[in-house]
Amino acid sequence: MFEAVAFYLFAFLTISMFFIVVTTSQALYALTALAAGMIFISAFFFILGADFLGAVQIIVYTGAVMALYAFGMMFFDTTREVKEKLGNKYIILGLTTFAAVLVVVIFSAPMVSSNITAFYPMVEGAGNTQEVGLVLFTKYLVPFEVAAVMLLVAMVAGIVLAGKKMDNSLTLMSEVEIDETNKKVLS
Amino acid sequence: MMEIGLNHYLVLSTILFAIGLVGVMKRKNLLLLFFATEILLNSVNIAFAAISHYYGDLTGQMFAFFVIAIAASELAVGLGLLIVWFKRHGTIDLDTMTSMRG
Repeated sequence: MFEAVAFYLFAFLTISMFFIVVTTSQALYALTALAAGMIFISAFFFILGADFLGAVQIIVYTGAVMALYAFGMMFFDTTREVKEKLGNKYIILGLTTFAAVLVVVIFSAPMVSSNITAFYPMVEGAGNTQEVGLVLFTKYLVPFEVAAVMLLVAMVAGIVLAGKKMDNSLTLMSEVEIDETNKKVLS
Repeated sequence: MMEIGLNHYLVLSTILFAIGLVGVMKRKNLLLLFFATEILLNSVNIAFAAISHYYGDLTGQMFAFFVIAIAASELAVGLGLLIVWFKRHGTIDLDTMTSMRG
């Protein structure tokens, strides 16, 4: 009973938040609704017993991804109305429904088999975080290291792309030049 | 109705994936396009976690964990590219990206 109430409550909230994200023309509303939706998705992870994933979801998305999006919003001045792609509605809805059903069929296809065995079964008595740590640092060690290198490359690429050819470099200018630049900008 | 099973989570994942896909096809602003792609990735994560729970297999949670890592790196590089584009063209509208110049 508790699981049913929690599931339907968070399902309604998540669908509402993400519906706001894709329909609003205000970037700030979309960002706020997206952050709220991420919190509600972590609730599903906690309901399903994936405690570690729930905590990672909250930390990574609401703490890091939303901060980057907020920076992007301020940088790009998206307080203006955003334009929409007014394509054929029926094509969009048809392709969307077809793709979504296809994803679920792909996920559900192995379930009809009768020979399903767990690669890394959950152990009774051990907590979810302990199980995740054990599997992550033994069976999935190589993908873990590859993901770490990928994140490092993404961080360096982001810094280089954004920092290249900056208009002014405050560390190379003297204070007099900084004051002159401020006067020019403010005038 | 009262017993939540695997099918409920898969239906929820379908609905969220459909919402994200509508957003991807509808938006012309690239920043809001990134918002919609985040919805797509997270809806698939729900399906991974649900199947992991109902089959007692940790592989699904591992996949969801790595999907989150890929989403974070995609966002970092994507925003960097957006900043470069904004500096050159002053807008992040999709219409300005329909032609490639050498």
